[in-house]
Amino acid sequence: MYKTTTLLGETFSFHSLKEIMAKANEERSGDELAGISAGSMKERMAAKQVLADLTLSEIRNYPLLSPDEDNVSALIENQLEAAVYEIIKNWTVAELREYILSDQHVSDDLLTLSQGLSSEMIAATAKIMSNLDLIQAASKIEVQTTCQTTIGQKGILASRAQPNHPSDNIKGMRASLYEALSYGIGDAVIGINPVIDTTDNIYALLHETKNVINEWSIPTQNCVLSHVTSQMRAIEKGAPADLIFQSLAGTEAGNDSFGISLSMLDEATALIKEKGTAAGPNRWYFETGQGSELSSEAHFGIDQVTLEARCYGLARHYKPFIVNTVVGFIGPEYLYNSKQVLRAGLEDHFMGKMHGLPMGVDVCYTNHMDADQNDMDNLSMLLGTAGVNFMIGVPMADDCMLNYQSLSYHDIATVRQVLGQTPAPLFALWLEEQGITQNGRFTSKAGDPTIFMNLT
Amino acid sequence: MLANSKRDPLETLKQFTPARIGVGRTGTRPLTKDVLQFRTDHAAAVDSVYGTVPDKILSEFNLFSVTTQVESMEHYLKRPDHGRLLADDAKAFLQKNCLQAPEVQVVVSDGLSAKAIEENLSDVYPALIDSLESYNLQIGTSFFVKGGRVACMDEIGEILKPKALVLLIGERPGLMSAESMSAYMCYQPGKGKKESDRMVISNIHKRGTPPIEAAAHIGTLIDKMLQQQTSGVHLIV
Repeated sequence: MYKTTTLLGETFSFHSLKEIMAKANEERSGDELAGISAGSMKERMAAKQVLADLTLSEIRNYPLLSPDEDNVSALIENQLEAAVYEIIKNWTVAELREYILSDQHVSDDLLTLSQGLSSEMIAATAKIMSNLDLIQAASKIEVQTTCQTTIGQKGILASRAQPNHPSDNIKGMRASLYEALSYGIGDAVIGINPVIDTTDNIYALLHETKNVINEWSIPTQNCVLSHVTSQMRAIEKGAPADLIFQSLAGTEAGNDSFGISLSMLDEATALIKEKGTAAGPNRWYFETGQGSELSSEAHFGIDQVTLEARCYGLARHYKPFIVNTVVGFIGPEYLYNSKQVLRAGLEDHFMGKMHGLPMGVDVCYTNHMDADQNDMDNLSMLLGTAGVNFMIGVPMADDCMLNYQSLSYHDIATVRQVLGQTPAPLFALWLEEQGITQNGRFTSKAGDPTIFMNLT
Repeated sequence: MLANSKRDPLETLKQFTPARIGVGRTGTRPLTKDVLQFRTDHAAAVDSVYGTVPDKILSEFNLFSVTTQVESMEHYLKRPDHGRLLADDAKAFLQKNCLQAPEVQVVVSDGLSAKAIEENLSDVYPALIDSLESYNLQIGTSFFVKGGRVACMDEIGEILKPKALVLLIGERPGLMSAESMSAYMCYQPGKGKKESDRMVISNIHKRGTPPIEAAAHIGTLIDKMLQQQTSGVHLIV
């Protein structure tokens, strides 16, 4: 593909779709590190203008990474619903953006449209959308999923309790989890990042999270976020798991560096269906995040927004219960500052929803990134208005195991209150039964983790 | 299960985890002291990223200073590849001023926390030298690399050809500790070495792995590397 355009008296030429896609991105350090970003604001705008005029069939006919060479490309290509694609193939990317944003097209229209869109087409649209476009479009799309409970309804903001402990201490995990529950956090999942990735430890953590769920009849699901193979070994041994977890990359080589293959994911799908403890049908928890393919040198010169979209193309094949972009975790060489993290969070959420996925976001940053907790306050409110399915909470926003900052339990409760959103329906009822809320408002018990200590 | 103590139940819970629990609330927001403490800890972490190692510490141990291809902190953060390569003048300087092909080369770098070096070097460095000497190892000319990444070990290895190299480097600061240091070790560092060839002792600070203990442990590992002529996942420890 060769395209040329004249903008403000200057002529810009692009030699491939890959180049147009990369240069049309809003500025981010990862694209600069990869050496593929636009050289100037004008060149960036020229790339956006050229991209807006491309048709969807052009995007399909010029694969960035051939389906013959990459199984994620092949999966995305094979998923495409021909009947839908035939109707839209002559649309330009500009027309696709306007269809998505039009008041006439509601959630069901967009989810139908989604079936005819490849991940690259969705990424292309995101590149010519403003932050408010990304919020408006995503807010229209309602994606409900069911594992033990159902989340994703309009007006519901669910949450993951992330009660990590630096040495996987069971009592320490419980203490942090009690704190979460007392703030109404944990309706999407109670999910632990383990320090020790052994079968016995995964087994113990799955048991303990399930014990808390059973002791207090909590309508939620449990998960331990280790490598999928160690979860499979624990589940084979009889560990109770509602969800099975894995991080995904947008290329076959990227997944290879994560130590996973499609057949491994297929195997895990069958295992959790057979031996998992949830009714389903949605039993996967996937995590993604811009930049992981570049960090494992598995990016093929493709920009990190497009690669992130391809993660969603892979994820949707497995009909997950939740998908989470860990947006600010990877570090400043991929997303340098709060402006870049905020943009990426909104892009990822929109692109995931446009794939029909139940998107959540870990609103987070590391200490070597040019960002602070005020930036997370901002992003959490923006994602709340965009209708994010869930967010992640840790005590006072400080994850004492992973050494980064996310949202606090307080923060998620605050977003819910300010935006008039509620926890998942069954979980909200449970909070009323426990006396933590009354008519949806915190009682004096809220914020007191000791109410879950067995004092008899 | 957690309440087998007659102490205040909240204190009982808090003793099980360093997580910031039991903080209470006003409305849905945390109390003022906890918010300000959290922001203070973040400030300490950020300051240690952007800080510099005082010359006094370096001169105390006669460490001269070279730089990588990094020119500013922003450059360092955005281009990890440039932090792995020494500045052009540094190569010639090392060749001229350092002992060639020592058994052990010790290098110090600020990495992501200058504060880690400032707080720990005075304890770790002399103890490390003692530990290496106790194994009768020949120690090269130690120096400091400003703006280094872990893999700068490989280029230093190419220039000075040590049998083993120890890099003391500041870790990415967390809120629990902004002054944590790591010691990376590799047998015959050089081009093509993989992460799995390196070994690390992390979390070195007063409330983590005690500096003296870390220094002794490094000595033991280096001695084993030289005996077995390998490092990383291949080393039998």
